[in-house]
Formats: sequence, structure tokens, C-alpha cells
Amino acid sequence: MAGLNEYIPIVGQSVIDDLRLLSQKLKGKIIQNINSTSVGGGVAEILNRMVPLLRELGVDARWDLIKGGEQFFEVTKKFHNALHGRPEEITQKDINIFMETSKRNIEDVNIYGDIVFVHDPQPIVLIEKRGENKWIWRCHIDISAPERHIWSFLRKFVVKYDSAVFSSPNFSQKLPIRQFLISPSIDPLSDKNKELSGDVIDGVLQKYGLVLDKPMVLQVSRFDRLKDPLGVIEAYSQVKKYNDCQLVLAGGTATDDPEGFKVLEEVKIRAASDPDIHVLIMAQNDIEINALQRSAAVVMQKSLKEGFGLTVAEALWKERPVVASNVGGIPLQIKHKFSGLLCHSVEGAAFALKQLLNSPEYASQLGKNGKAHIKNNFLITRHIKEYILLFLSLYHPEDVVYL
Amino acid sequence: MGEEKKVIEPFRFFTRLHLSELTGLKARNIPELAALIRTVPGSCIYHHTHRFLQHHLYLSPEPPNDFAHWVSKVLGDDELGEMLASIDTIRFSTIRGLREKISATIEQYIKKESWVRKRSVHEGDEFHFIRSLSFVLPTNYEAHDIEEFARILEKITIDSIYFHIFEARLRLEKGRNDFSQWIEASSGDKKMADAIARLDPYTYTMEDLRKKLITVVNKGIKV
Repeated sequence: MAGLNEYIPIVGQSVIDDLRLLSQKLKGKIIQNINSTSVGGGVAEILNRMVPLLRELGVDARWDLIKGGEQFFEVTKKFHNALHGRPEEITQKDINIFMETSKRNIEDVNIYGDIVFVHDPQPIVLIEKRGENKWIWRCHIDISAPERHIWSFLRKFVVKYDSAVFSSPNFSQKLPIRQFLISPSIDPLSDKNKELSGDVIDGVLQKYGLVLDKPMVLQVSRFDRLKDPLGVIEAYSQVKKYNDCQLVLAGGTATDDPEGFKVLEEVKIRAASDPDIHVLIMAQNDIEINALQRSAAVVMQKSLKEGFGLTVAEALWKERPVVASNVGGIPLQIKHKFSGLLCHSVEGAAFALKQLLNSPEYASQLGKNGKAHIKNNFLITRHIKEYILLFLSLYHPEDVVYL
Repeated sequence: MGEEKKVIEPFRFFTRLHLSELTGLKARNIPELAALIRTVPGSCIYHHTHRFLQHHLYLSPEPPNDFAHWVSKVLGDDELGEMLASIDTIRFSTIRGLREKISATIEQYIKKESWVRKRSVHEGDEFHFIRSLSFVLPTNYEAHDIEEFARILEKITIDSIYFHIFEARLRLEKGRNDFSQWIEASSGDKKMADAIARLDPYTYTMEDLRKKLITVVNKGIKV
């Protein structure tokens, strides 16, 4: 795993110097991260890199998990969908399951942090255990238009935290506590984003039977309705009439997402009639995902809702042209026609896809601009800096803080 | 040169790191935008007139303040967007003054083009007001003379340059940037201090601003 000094050639010595300077101000504080899964999805991915780097900076960051069975995660998946605005029938039985598991976690999870950093709704009830320490709720979900009943239920817990953090201004809610805007990030040195040799890339393409003479359209994401894999197939099918290309849908499922298997089955059925559609199950194979992204002619992220959409940043970092929905945190990463193309529908996605396949120079320029934008704003070093500032803000209510 | 430029007080470089705080306040149309611009904290006005400097260090198609961007690109009013984009931020030495100018520009436009009152954006496209929190801390760099000052300028972070040029002058209301103040007070080189004070830093990318500062200082040293 890369150490801090290895980031210097990418972001510059002074950025790392600032992080070292800043991290000294958190001396003596324990930062306790808590979420529900150690693998799968963006939250676990960020924590897997963030915690070791914070520790290298001398910040005592730690990471704990709550426990939850199948029923609990089925309920929290419903919460997730409802917070994204999708109608879900959430019964009193569901609420009871959520609260019973939460109570067990309150009893079992040892809270020792000076700052307790809770990620997403699954562990939200742990706030009932708060003492004199500081608590932050980090929401990674697009809650710009949540189903009101579930937001009202969760809000009762949110207001007991000291601060909340959202990934986009659109997600902020009327709350009596402080709210901060912090975008997630990618790690340029992780297996998913580091440079790869041509041999490695070719090996991956060969392994999955992907041909080199057809441009590849790629969407990398969990098999989740909100990522709209069926919409991607539809857009590809509209383009396929004019451009001979291949579609790759690559992704896994997370342990806290039981719905994923159903969606995967639907995708497989829809893809069965076209041999140029490749559905690849690649749970946590980051090098292979990296190789696919580097090989793609166009990367898509046609989500219906999106907390942030780290796959967009990953693709842009590799200078790939991207077609993505204008939802959630995606417009923060893509300025339309400058660092990618934004779409609002299957037809819009198909049109943008065709444009990029037929205009490789334009596509290449979008990719180059995209990389510069990601380098300036969405790398893990910026994210670490903002988390340290967030922790410090708990002790400083003023606008200008002299440290 | 020589004794005249001998520096007495060393210059300690500070850096300034920023965090965005969401206010939950949002505008759907021009009248709501105008009303909120009048009442939001000064740290919001500062954020929306300086964010672009942080986010787009390189060539960017975005206009130089968020109000202008939203009015032209989201609300679709190019005329008011252009008026807001061309507000000359460098002319203002306080956030108060800058706020008044932005407010007055919008209000005059509403009087002239009363139809703008009727145009609103869809849900999800509102203008969200954000506050900028600044964390200021000393770096390990200290200049004891102008030559050392020039050398440090080459390696200090963009955030440090940002703090001494933008934040000190406007947000902390020092009237003048820190570099000009120190150069004049310490070395008596008014010409160099004025040359830096005359720069319009809003029209440079941050790295170009660094290069320009180094050029001005080195030119002064050689005289």
C-alpha cells in the first residue's frame, strides 16, 4: 500500500507538507470510524485507504464495523432506496428489525473515540450511546429528494450529532446542526487507479474474451437498480444499430446489498441475446477493473441516483471520455462538454455515446480536461485535508480559525 | 540596493486551508437570490466569489463567481450573468463593499427587466449558499531578506499565496496584500510593493500568479 511520500510526484511536496502540519493539530484525539461493511462499495473503499494514510500522518484513526444479519441489510437497503427517492414500502416490522439490530450494536460496539465518525444510515442509531465526545454523521447517499417518512425517522437521530457531512450541496437538509460539504475521492495509487502495463491490460481483455477491434463501452458499478444497468443496455442497443461496438457491464455486489443478485439476474436475461454484451462479475478485482477502464472507448455511469459516483472520477483520472447522468455528485465531476457529457435519459445517453465514438479527438480532449479536474479536486490528499479540517471544526465554531 | 533593502522583521509565511459549510439556504429565482445575498453571512459571499480560484486552478470555462455561473448557465439569463461576471472584485477592499455591488447589480436589473421575477429553476437546480471556513496556520517558512523571500515563493503552497494575497486583503480587511505590506515596511522598496499591489490576482491562474510574483520580486532585487 502506497505511503504518503509516494503521492509527492502527483500532488507536489507542498501538499504533503501541509497535511503533516495540519495533522499535528489533532494530536491526542482518537478518530473512530464506524460503518457496516469492510468490502464493497465506495465507503469501504475510501476507508481502506484513508485510515492507513491518516495513521501515517500521526492521526489516531481507527475503524470499527457494526453487525447486521440478512434481514437488517434488507431493511437498510430499503432505507437506502427510499432516501434516494424511490418509493419503498417500509413496514413497522422493518423498523422493528432495524431498531432491534441497532440496540444490539449499541450494546456490542465499543465507543472509545474522541470523535466518532459514523458513515451512512446503517449505524446511525449508535448516537444514542453518545457521551461527552463529538459525533459526526457522514451521509454518502443522494438525499436531495428523500421519501419523507424515512427521512423523518432517521432525522431524529441525525439531529443528535454535532455535524453532518454531505457530498453535494443538493443533499443538504434543514437541520439544526452544522452541515459540511466534502466530496469523496479516488486514490491515484490504488490498484484500481495506478498505471498498468500493456501486458496486464491485454491479459485482462483476453481473460474475458473481449476483442480489440471493437470499441468498448463500459459501465462499472454494482448491480443495483439505481445504477440503471438495463438503461445502459438500452442506450447501447440504440447505438449498436450504427456503430459496431461491445458493451461491458462489470461489477460485484456488496455484503450490505441483498437486492443486487436479483438485478444481476435481470441484466443477464436482457443481455443473453447479444454476444457483444459482456456481464462480468468481478467482486473486488481492482486491477481488472482498472484494466477495463483503461481499455474503454467510452465509460458510462447512467445512474438514476448517485451519492457521488466514484467510477466517474476513476475513468476521468485515466483520461477516458465519460457519458454520465446529471445526478447526485456527478455534475461536480463533469462540466458538460468540457470534461465529459451529461445526460438525462436513455436517448440522451445513446446520442452522447454515438458522438464520442464517432469523434475520437473530441473524446480525447474531454478525457484530458477531466483528468486535470480530478487532479485538482478529487484526489485522496484533498479528502484527507478536508476530513482533518472537519475534525478540527468540531472544536472551532468561528469562520476564520487560527491554529 | 544594499543597506536600503535590508529587512528588519522576518516574514512568516502562513497557509490557509478551507472547508465548505452548507447553510441549507437556497434560491430558485433572481428575487430570492437577491434577498439572500443581502442577508447571508459574509463568509458565503466570500465563498461564492472565490471558490473558482480553488476549484479551477487551470484554464476553465466557468465565469469567475458562482452567482454569475448560476444566473447564466442554470437560470439562462446571459445578460445578468455577464454583468455579475464582470464585477471587478479587486476594486473592493471589504466583503461588505463587494456584497453591496452584487446586490445593487441584481436589483437594478430586476427594476429594468421586471419579467425576470417570473423565471424560476426546477427543483434540484437551485442556488445553494455555502460558507467558507478558513483555517490559518503558520508554515515552517520564514524569510529574513528579500532574496530568501523570493526563494520561498517558489516552493510555498498555492494556499499560502492565496492567504497572503486574497484572504488578508479582502476577508481580513487589511486593505493591502501581506506581501506588499511587508516589502514596503521592511525593506522600504515601495516600487516593488506597489507593483505587487497593482496586480489583479483574479485574472491569473494560481500558478501564473506565483510566477508573476516571483518575476516582480526578482526584477526588484536586480535594480
